[in-house]
Amino acid sequence: MSERHPVPALLVLEDGRVFRGESYGAAGTTVAEIVFNTGMTGYQETLTDPSYRGQIVVMTAPHIGNTGANLEDFESRKVWVSGYVVRDPARVPSNWRSTQSLDDLLSSQGVVGISGVDTRALTRHLRERGSMRAVISTETSDVEALIEQANAAPEMTGSNFLADVTTQEPYVVPAQGEKRLTVAALDLGIKGMTPRRMAERGIEVHVLPATSSLDDVLAAEPDGVFVSNGPGDPATADHAVEVIQGVLERKIPFFGICLGNQLFGRALGRGTYKLKYGHRGINQPVQDRTTGRVEVTAHNHGFAVDAPIDSDFDTPFGPARVTHVGLNDDVVEGLALLEQTAFSVQYHPEAAAGPHDAAYLFDRFVDAMQGEAADNATQEGNR
Amino acid sequence: MPKREDISSVLVIGSGPIVIGQACEFDYSGTQACRVLRDEGIRVILVNSNPATIMTDPEFADATYVEPITPEFVEKVIAAERPDALLATLGGQTALNAAIALHDNGVLEKYGVELIGASVEAIEKGENREIFKSIVESLPEEWGAEVARSAICHSMEECLAAVEDLGYPVVVRPSFTMGGAGSGLAYDEADLYRIAGSGLALSPTTEVLLEESILGWKEYELEVMRDQADNVVIVCSIENLDPMGVHTGDSITVAPAMTLTDVEYQRLRDIAIGVIREVGVDTGGCNIQFAVNPENGRIVVIEMNPRVSRSSALASKATGFPIAKIAAKVAIGYTLDEIPNDITAETPASFEPTLDYVVVKVPRFAFEKFPAADSTLTTHMKSVGEAMAIGRNFSEALGKALRSLERAGATFDWAGDPGDKDALLAEIERPQDGRLRLVMNAIRAGATPEQIHEHTSIDPWFVDQLFLVHEVAERVRAAETLTPELLRLAKRHGFSDAQIGELRDMREDVVRGVRHALGVRPVYKTVDTCAAEFAARTPYHYSSYDEETEVMPRERPAVLILGSGPNRIGQGIEFDYSCVHAALSLSEAGYETVMVNCNPETVSTDYDTSDRLYFEPLTLEDVLEVVHAEQQAGPVAGVIVQLGGQTPLGLAAGLEAAGVPIVGTPPAAIDLAEERGAFGRVLADAGLPAPKHGTATTFEGAKRVADEIGYPVLVRPSYVLGGRGMEIVYDEEALKNYIRTATEISPERPVLVDRFLDDAVEIDVDALYDGSELFLGGIMEHIEEAGVHSGDSACVLPPITLGQSEIERIRESTEAIAAGVGVRGLINIQFALSSDTLYVLEANPRASRTVPFVSKATATPLAKAAARLMLGESIGELRAAGVLPAEGDGGYLPAAAPVAVKEAVMPFSRFRTYEGRYVDTVLGPEMRSTGEVMGIDAHYGAAFAKSQSGAQNGLPTSGAVFVSVANRDKRHMIFPVKRLADLGFEILATRGTAEVLHRNGVPATVVRKLHEEPRDGEDGGSIVERIHAQEVQLVINTPHGNTRGGSPRIDGYEIRTAAVAEGIGCITTVQGLAAAVQGIEAQRAESIGVRSLQDWGAALTEAR
Repeated sequence: MSERHPVPALLVLEDGRVFRGESYGAAGTTVAEIVFNTGMTGYQETLTDPSYRGQIVVMTAPHIGNTGANLEDFESRKVWVSGYVVRDPARVPSNWRSTQSLDDLLSSQGVVGISGVDTRALTRHLRERGSMRAVISTETSDVEALIEQANAAPEMTGSNFLADVTTQEPYVVPAQGEKRLTVAALDLGIKGMTPRRMAERGIEVHVLPATSSLDDVLAAEPDGVFVSNGPGDPATADHAVEVIQGVLERKIPFFGICLGNQLFGRALGRGTYKLKYGHRGINQPVQDRTTGRVEVTAHNHGFAVDAPIDSDFDTPFGPARVTHVGLNDDVVEGLALLEQTAFSVQYHPEAAAGPHDAAYLFDRFVDAMQGEAADNATQEGNR
Repeated sequence: MPKREDISSVLVIGSGPIVIGQACEFDYSGTQACRVLRDEGIRVILVNSNPATIMTDPEFADATYVEPITPEFVEKVIAAERPDALLATLGGQTALNAAIALHDNGVLEKYGVELIGASVEAIEKGENREIFKSIVESLPEEWGAEVARSAICHSMEECLAAVEDLGYPVVVRPSFTMGGAGSGLAYDEADLYRIAGSGLALSPTTEVLLEESILGWKEYELEVMRDQADNVVIVCSIENLDPMGVHTGDSITVAPAMTLTDVEYQRLRDIAIGVIREVGVDTGGCNIQFAVNPENGRIVVIEMNPRVSRSSALASKATGFPIAKIAAKVAIGYTLDEIPNDITAETPASFEPTLDYVVVKVPRFAFEKFPAADSTLTTHMKSVGEAMAIGRNFSEALGKALRSLERAGATFDWAGDPGDKDALLAEIERPQDGRLRLVMNAIRAGATPEQIHEHTSIDPWFVDQLFLVHEVAERVRAAETLTPELLRLAKRHGFSDAQIGELRDMREDVVRGVRHALGVRPVYKTVDTCAAEFAARTPYHYSSYDEETEVMPRERPAVLILGSGPNRIGQGIEFDYSCVHAALSLSEAGYETVMVNCNPETVSTDYDTSDRLYFEPLTLEDVLEVVHAEQQAGPVAGVIVQLGGQTPLGLAAGLEAAGVPIVGTPPAAIDLAEERGAFGRVLADAGLPAPKHGTATTFEGAKRVADEIGYPVLVRPSYVLGGRGMEIVYDEEALKNYIRTATEISPERPVLVDRFLDDAVEIDVDALYDGSELFLGGIMEHIEEAGVHSGDSACVLPPITLGQSEIERIRESTEAIAAGVGVRGLINIQFALSSDTLYVLEANPRASRTVPFVSKATATPLAKAAARLMLGESIGELRAAGVLPAEGDGGYLPAAAPVAVKEAVMPFSRFRTYEGRYVDTVLGPEMRSTGEVMGIDAHYGAAFAKSQSGAQNGLPTSGAVFVSVANRDKRHMIFPVKRLADLGFEILATRGTAEVLHRNGVPATVVRKLHEEPRDGEDGGSIVERIHAQEVQLVINTPHGNTRGGSPRIDGYEIRTAAVAEGIGCITTVQGLAAAVQGIEAQRAESIGVRSLQDWGAALTEAR
């Protein structure tokens, strides 16, 4: 038996609550906003989701790391979370695809974590008090200093991490099978599954850096434009809002996910606001207002669009509507323009992790682009 | 979509008697459904033959028919009630089969009854292997759903070619052989030649099915819920710790799934949703099972159930998502988003529960009741109950679950020599009860994780968890002192105080004292469906050694009700019934009710039943901690231990010693009734005779007692329920054997030796006593001979052969005993009437197994009244409050009262010996039935006939009857058999019996026994062959000679087991024969109708 010598670690919240546990992953100190995720599967996808940049993530599921880490389930090139809080990490991974333990993955990427914490007590605290800043440290037992450190950290509101997470250079994800369409995708922290879902449908995806201009986007001669998920406060991403407005003016089909939904909302003239403790999990019921159907969906958002859910609203691009609503708390989960093909959802139809209920949205995007292409062809013909 | 307005009445079909594989989980689901439908203003009509259920209480439906669940009887109910719709997806396979039969015979169409939940087409699609296979294969290819690959072969050449594709090992199944004869698993070509070769020869069509083996693959289940708008959610994922090859009901299972990546889990989810859509289960819950190859993730879909199942009950308790309740709501038109989640109140039911804890379910077996049975676990379910535990991690939940089983040897221990490593490794290859403990012993003996995995195929993650537990044990053992940190570590991995004590060589209570002194106590978390994302409104708690407790303070005084733990033979749903009723009635009386139980199948563990629910093991340690937590929360009026059977009774002394107030009959009085000497003095004081008896701790002592009182004697250990270890012993040799093999004998627990009253009429009484007044609940007369355990014996209420003076003597005796013992609440007494002497066999000052039966037969809620008595009210006050009838009791029933017959249901067909034969079916003093039915009618014959239709295949009205009786019974069988002959039955008999019948003018055809040579004129085959040929409609076989340790009496063994195999009624006592003849007469008169309990109750009230 390999005797482990657990290294004590501290988790300190900005309001002074302290949790004691053991070091998990890398040793050190990390400070960031702390949020909880209620998914029972998919920790590898969660850890590598760039939208978690700048956040310490608490897993409510007690056993984490059981299936280790593998080469296929990375949603991006690295682990993005600023810190990781779990109760019972696996001692040995067990899965035929596993290539390393989660502990090793976190250590090798320098991610500071803590285990053995009463994650349920912590979650209840965050639910009641709202998301806040926190510090994990294996280096000091000075609680007062850590509280100070938490309070000195920047707040999530006003944060912008796009430069960290976006691709430096444009790249192309080729269509699987016959290429049918081209999409320009603005990468604000895109998850790998998103271009894959499009590629599966015959789309060639041109993934562009967050700083790309409207001209850069148009240069790809896209049939549609996509804006991805990403971290930080949507109120700070003015550049992307302008790009979206340019796309909408040109009536190019548009699809946005997560941050892409928030920025689409801003492009339509709506504001965004911070939720008390956000939606992070893979069991969230969302109703498609057009069909009445309920989808079980993957969420990861701390901000939401402020828009009326019971009536259409006017925008510079014509009337718009809230198409999807979160049934737990009536939060806006989807938007669409009524007179041109432009829509977005706050949640994650690409899943990874999470259910595939909303994958139809990619089909809807394809249909819209194909319809548009057909219309254009007809117009060309008429001309 | 809101509720359908075109449905104003619904017929709900229950699942009938408790049998292995179909237990009280369907009472839980049916009760929920009835509640929901009535809340919706729908008239609920219920059919269920099982009187022990909560759902058949008159208050849960508008019209409750305790009638057999056969197409004939259900049709009568439909004709009488004309319901708009039939809901059959909540009553297990029994209800589903009844619904299909009513569809096939046109009854549903004739009366315009719509089947809601699942359509006939969907039910057939789900159950037909070929259609199901094509559905699975039609799913999108990228999901990778398969069924096990197979090939039909007609020659060895074809077999060899098929194996090229299927690979070894391969399952060989000859087509059309009796009971799957000739099946086997071939590991190589030599095996294949041997098994498939003989299989081809055995098969009448020279055909074998070869199927790839998925033994050892990982096994998963998903619980799925769908509404009519096609919204689908997965309620729960369940992983079987025991890999493929063990029935999921017999496996240790874990929720949520522990060893799946999201990619794999989502594939299972996609497939499950695809299958439910294709099968076309319109609304409601269903369950789908998967095997996953651990080497490459290949998925084989095993089966789906288009209905609520045992796993649904487990999933409901594991997640807090009430599947049956929601299934009932979606069946009447609601969509999931319109139904609120009860637990959060603010979020809808159209979501997927997420867990921040781990749930472990462990099965409980009853092999000790069937010593001849092969105890290897297979795909044929054998467990009789289960316990569930919740912890914040797997090891904590596992430790709690194992101790919830309440069996010596169920939990891990580290004492003594674990045994030889290689022998243990060989032993753990065989799936069996207690395998995990053997695995732990193998770990202790030095096995490596790889070896454990290799020999069991248990997933390496689970294997490591067992190593973790072992490492913690070693640390506890090696530590210099018990520090708070070490105690907390052990507790977080599920160690009980008793286990820690054993490791430290300390007494359990000393460990507890140290632990409390160090401030190491559990906290109570909440099952909330959402991992704390939203606040929970329902106090559904479990303990964990974590940081923060969630028990809320309260004002009203609380009463803790201790449940009965996992179902077992002798302690099942009947005790849950009493606990639930206590909760309901004490809540009405203004108390805060707190339920403690660990059985996921029950109504008592529904978060709706009590004000607070603690899903906890029923051990002294766990109960004391709950009591402590509740005492911190507010005033505690007391704890009820008398309603949950032997489990809570066993805790009474410990609780009292710890200063916990016990309400009702005090523990000392309970002991008084159990303790022979003291109880003898109570009887002597009251001038009541008991059969001569004595106690002994050695063979010599027992021999002395037996010699004095004379053989035969009834011997049994003290403090047991269900007649565990009880035997009738006819001679000294057998007595010697009994003492030698009995394990539980000690000075504190001597063996009891009673004179056995042959030919006595046995009588059971349930009564209430408040300290001065007696309320006789009911008197039941056993139909079976003396010596058959009361739980296995059919009985009738009111007693049909007792006169007024005998009833008066029973009443006086009951009152004298109740007063002498000091009862406050329920008491059950067994009497034997022999040669006009009323002997007292035993008295139990607690709820008995017959409380629900008596309550229903007499329209009096005995358990509710008992709970109120225990908290201080008097019988007079309860009469005034309307809980008990204003006048009279169950001793004198008016002529308008129905006759109710209770019949036991036996599990014999579930068990095979190691040689592959059925175990014997003879009844004895050790209880072996799993469940019961009630037949209720105006007259005895009809009531008995109904009880037989409900319990098994019913009595025949024509055909052939085979008679073979022991010599002592020959005189008594002449009249009833003659009556059968007069009714036109062909009488078949063994030579000796036939001769007696001939001499009495009853024509009988002689049939040879299995081992007799055919004589002249006998060419119809042996009796066993005739039974197998379905040429016999009823078997009457009374055995003679000794039983020993459950081994069969050779005489008639083949006959009885053949009857079991063919599902033919088999009567083993003369008393049963007389009852059967009356029943057959009633059936032939074709006048048997149906009547609801509410109607019977109203008639009874009027007549009182």
